Amino acid sequence: MDVKKYVVKQISVFSENRPGRLAAIAHALGEEKINILAFSIAEASGFGVVRALVDHPEKAHKKLSSLGFNVAFTDVIAVHMKDKPGGLYEIAKILGDAMINIEYSYAYSGKDGAVLILRVDHVEEAIERISKTGATLIESSVFH
Amino acid sequence: MRCWDPRIEEMPVADLKKMQYRLLKTLVYRLYSFSPFYHERMKAHKVHPDDIKELSDVKKLPFMFKKDLRDNYPNKFFTASQEELVRYHVSSGTTGKPTVVGYTENDLNAWTTSLARALTSAGLGRGDVIQISYGYGLFTGGLGLHYGAERIGATVLPTSVGNTERQIELMQDLGSTAIACTPSYLLHMGEVAEKMGVSIKKDTKLRTGILGAEPWTEKMRERMEEWLGIKAYDIYGTSELSGPMFTECTEQNGFHIWSDIAYTEVVDPNTGEPVPQGERGELTVTILQKEALPMIRYRIGDITVMDEDLCPCGRTHPRVHRIQGRVDDMLIIRGINVFPSQVEYALMGIPEVGQHFQIVVDRKGALDDMLVRVELNKESFSDKITDLMHISEKVEHKLRNALNVNANVELVEPGSLPRFEGKSKKVVDRRSL
Repeated sequence: MDVKKYVVKQISVFSENRPGRLAAIAHALGEEKINILAFSIAEASGFGVVRALVDHPEKAHKKLSSLGFNVAFTDVIAVHMKDKPGGLYEIAKILGDAMINIEYSYAYSGKDGAVLILRVDHVEEAIERISKTGATLIESSVFH
Repeated sequence: MRCWDPRIEEMPVADLKKMQYRLLKTLVYRLYSFSPFYHERMKAHKVHPDDIKELSDVKKLPFMFKKDLRDNYPNKFFTASQEELVRYHVSSGTTGKPTVVGYTENDLNAWTTSLARALTSAGLGRGDVIQISYGYGLFTGGLGLHYGAERIGATVLPTSVGNTERQIELMQDLGSTAIACTPSYLLHMGEVAEKMGVSIKKDTKLRTGILGAEPWTEKMRERMEEWLGIKAYDIYGTSELSGPMFTECTEQNGFHIWSDIAYTEVVDPNTGEPVPQGERGELTVTILQKEALPMIRYRIGDITVMDEDLCPCGRTHPRVHRIQGRVDDMLIIRGINVFPSQVEYALMGIPEVGQHFQIVVDRKGALDDMLVRVELNKESFSDKITDLMHISEKVEHKLRNALNVNANVELVEPGSLPRFEGKSKKVVDRRSL
């Protein structure tokens, strides 16, 4: 299988923890007509990391970098979850059994059901394991 | 010649101290009687010349600061009349209003004597050709060195600063064996010489550099000695003391302060109390025989360490080590002295952070709280919080080791800290607001 098509390019932005920073990021993306599909903020003392799946990652990277933001791409995977009790367990168990570590994760409930975004330590192996068990991975083309 | 004046330079320490006490006593009586400024200041400080009963009583006397000179601009402070003055010099005024200094004939003589001893201790004398590439004019460097070098019988080449190619030609044509200038000008000269196809090391007779008037480091000494084939000596002085006065001897381990010319203390900049030998503090100098512009316990603002151990060169006068910074820059965090330069040095060894930083000091309850804000390098950004926390912990650890005090670290976005075109302002001390 072509695992590459399931590798989703997430955009990550370093942000100081002070008022207006998220607004600045969101405003920049809005100006460029970039749509945010999934989104989370991880916070630590003094700073945070904004993570987002957007429809035009390259354009977003360029725009935010030009504004002086520290921006990086991260490879993540997106998995359809059954939108019912036990849905998350199914996915988490597959990865746990394969000794693949989840570094972080966030989820959203979209039009076609719940989606789990995962950053794992072995991306390609995770894709293979998940697809083998019949769970549905979302191709990156769906996002960008 | 080993010593310019062995009788003084090798005088037993006990005798030197007796001499200093005698000179101090005379100075204090003279100023109390004839200088309105010192009279008032001593009275306000509740000290009378009779209270000076031994040398260590010097600490009963009030301090003097640069502000005192500025407040008395240009010459209200002088204790000699204009007819008695034989020269003026004026400071550049880089940190505020310039200060005017004046000299009687005896003052110039003491200054020249100080440098004659200093240059001799650095191995110079008759037969040397000393190129003086310090500025001549209002600045004390050029003329100060000029008369000192003439006094020891060296041949003076008064080139002053600038016209560098011509200086290098003259250095070759007239066989300069020594140069006195700022370390940065000598670096410049070395580079210009190379562009001209001249190696200072191979094509000139230069073997000694008398370098000062700006801070420089041991690392720079090593580099210049190797590159230019010279021995590089530190020289120290400020216009308030006369000008450049003291150099390192051939041991290259701190400059000798002549005890008959100056009484030196190193004090805690915060409390004014003397610090124990070997500890860092603010250099405080009493010029014992100055006529035109007397200086008692003048707080120069330079941070250094004093060394009273006997120097292997045989001179009995104490030494002061390389200037480490300025009081104006020093922070006291939980009783520990911290210099922005130390913070900078520690940060520059960490690849994950950029070169801009800011120190923010607050008081939380009764405790000082120091925060160091550093810009995260673009290449070091990871979207994993744990990676970023590791960087922040690493910076905290390095700072704690370098400063002996805890600092909180905040990673900030690249380019977000203020940039300065002139002197940077790296410290925000909110305790004093």
